[in-house]
Amino acid sequence: MAAEWRTRVADALANQRTRANIGRALDGLVAKRRAAFPDRDELERLRDQGQAIRTQALACLPDLLAALERNCTANGIRVHWAETCDQANRRISDILHRHEARMLIKGKSMVSEELGLNAFLEAQGIEVVETDLGELIVQLAEERPFHILAPAIHKDRRQIAELFKARFPELPYSEDAEALTATARRLLREKFRGAVAGLTGVNFAVAETGTLALVENEGNGRMCTTVPKVHIAVTGIEKVIARLDQLPTLLTLLTRSATGQPITTYVNLVGAPRRTGELDGPQEVHLILLDNGRSRICADPELRTTLRCIRCGACLNHCPVYVRLGGHAYGTVYPGPIGGILEPQLQGLAAAGSLVDASSLCGACDEICPVRIPIPRLLNRLRAEGVGAGSDSQVPGRGSRRDPRQTAIWRLWAWLHADPGRYRLLSSLLSRTGTLIPRLIRPWTKSRRPPRLAPKGLHRLAREAGFTDD
Amino acid sequence: MSDARSGILQRLRAGGIQADQTPPDIPLRRFDWDPAECLRRFRARMEAAHGEVHQVGADWPQRMYELLHREGGALLYGPQGPLGPALEQGWPDRGAVRLIPYLEPVEACRDTLFRSVDAGFTSCRGAIAETGSLVLWPTPQEPRLLSLVPPIHCVLLDAAEICSTFHELLTRQAWQTGMPGNVLLISGPSKSADIEQTLAYGVHGPQRLVVLVRS
Ligand code: SF4
Repeated sequence: MAAEWRTRVADALANQRTRANIGRALDGLVAKRRAAFPDRDELERLRDQGQAIRTQALACLPDLLAALERNCTANGIRVHWAETCDQANRRISDILHRHEARMLIKGKSMVSEELGLNAFLEAQGIEVVETDLGELIVQLAEERPFHILAPAIHKDRRQIAELFKARFPELPYSEDAEALTATARRLLREKFRGAVAGLTGVNFAVAETGTLALVENEGNGRMCTTVPKVHIAVTGIEKVIARLDQLPTLLTLLTRSATGQPITTYVNLVGAPRRTGELDGPQEVHLILLDNGRSRICADPELRTTLRCIRCGACLNHCPVYVRLGGHAYGTVYPGPIGGILEPQLQGLAAAGSLVDASSLCGACDEICPVRIPIPRLLNRLRAEGVGAGSDSQVPGRGSRRDPRQTAIWRLWAWLHADPGRYRLLSSLLSRTGTLIPRLIRPWTKSRRPPRLAPKGLHRLAREAGFTDD
Repeated sequence: MSDARSGILQRLRAGGIQADQTPPDIPLRRFDWDPAECLRRFRARMEAAHGEVHQVGADWPQRMYELLHREGGALLYGPQGPLGPALEQGWPDRGAVRLIPYLEPVEACRDTLFRSVDAGFTSCRGAIAETGSLVLWPTPQEPRLLSLVPPIHCVLLDAAEICSTFHELLTRQAWQTGMPGNVLLISGPSKSADIEQTLAYGVHGPQRLVVLVRS
């Protein structure tokens, strides 16, 4: 894992074109977010409320989920529970088979990425069509989303034009964003018209009314929820909120943090399948509630804050590591700071533990997160969990990143610092052998100027200047 | 499957969740804007998002016709909707734009809907000044797809129905006591910025959103 991680990082850093593309795009998003919150006090007030709404929702999660199920069912939405990705995938394919759907049109859903749904369905001969433009581009390129909100943010228009040319050689070549978008519209319109089943994610599930809230700009999500006979919505169990009047606060935090928009073009509130007398809308709506480790995360009061996330992507845009590495280097569904705290908990520290190192703990994510998730603190906690230090938590793979050499070094370090005599010995030794150090820390000094140690330590200088130990 | 349900709920309950469970007190977020200010802000936001806003009077069907007649074609509408009769009455008889009623289930008229309709017309339940959003409550008389599939969407909005914020609107209209199967906030024509953050309009939904504001 660690070796693969280092290779991916090196590859990502060497890819100048992608780095230029994401640098440009993320700078734009950061500026737009800043402009969207001109009033600092209002922003902090909204963040307080966002944090309170999400914290309370998680505190009452079992009750809210039961209420959501009750109210959705009363509206005619069928609710399914899945403990694992495999259960969720089977549920979805059962529904598709029952309706003899050979094709599924998909709106944007990170949970479906988490499920590995496309590969699962394709193995059963079901065609999966991504309909969000960014998702379509990464699907055509046989890649994974690069960013949780803007999946194709790493590609410039020339790369996209070439991709379209390779996939649809019969269409005229164009590098114009509008022309490319128009092509996507033409290609997908026929799919929408004929689709039997559509699948989307959920941004917020309102327990009180049994309503699924979805935000989007393109209208492809609405196509997926409205045109086909069957609409399947997949979501993690943490997305539930208690009341409808909490939605406006979260919506405004979400869209302004994500892209600086006051609101998205569409806010689509799905409340029920087609009712008697209605001429359109799906005949069946299914809601899949996925656990996949979330209930375990919820049991830990500190780690539970991870689940407040509303997937705005702002922490990615503001992260100096993500800006340089991009989303693919992480090798996980969720990249960036949120990926760094979520993936090691979902997959375990043995599989995804390296992600917690992909941070300088600069605190930028902490400063902008609309629901105030203390990401740096959680990264530190997971670093400690990785080497088995601290609590008796349930994080899978706890202690799996322990390295005996590292442990020995830290033991020695602690021992040397525990006694004034030993400490003095150490510092005088270091100041005399300082020139050797660069060789001992090769990986660091390979690309950085080696530290030059002063011949006299601070303690000695202070003592010589007349300061005493107390 | 109920196994999964009880497994998940049991684990959550055993997790000993015991934080403060009283729902946070979210004060009503609204602004003290008078109707003229609400309209001004709604219009500015809607136009910034490439929506068209026109102020109209009782002759709104005629105005709408004038806005559409250059393209010609067919306008889909709900004849039994709240504005259906007025639309029919005010619509020019032998004009360039034909009225097509949405009367059959989508299964029976899918091809017409996707291929031979140029515009759709709906009423709305209000609008939001802060974000420049229209609020639609589709009904059996004004189906869900009217505002999505045709390349142009026309809406008649009563100026008195503009609230300052979404929060104010859903509280004033007491949404939690009953909602239709689908509710929409629409804040412009469909768009995407997935290619180099360049905005392109009319991706999968309408390319043109025409708002007629009746005062
Ligand atoms: S962790 Fe916070 S900033 Fe990052 S995606 Fe989630 S809500 Fe947004």
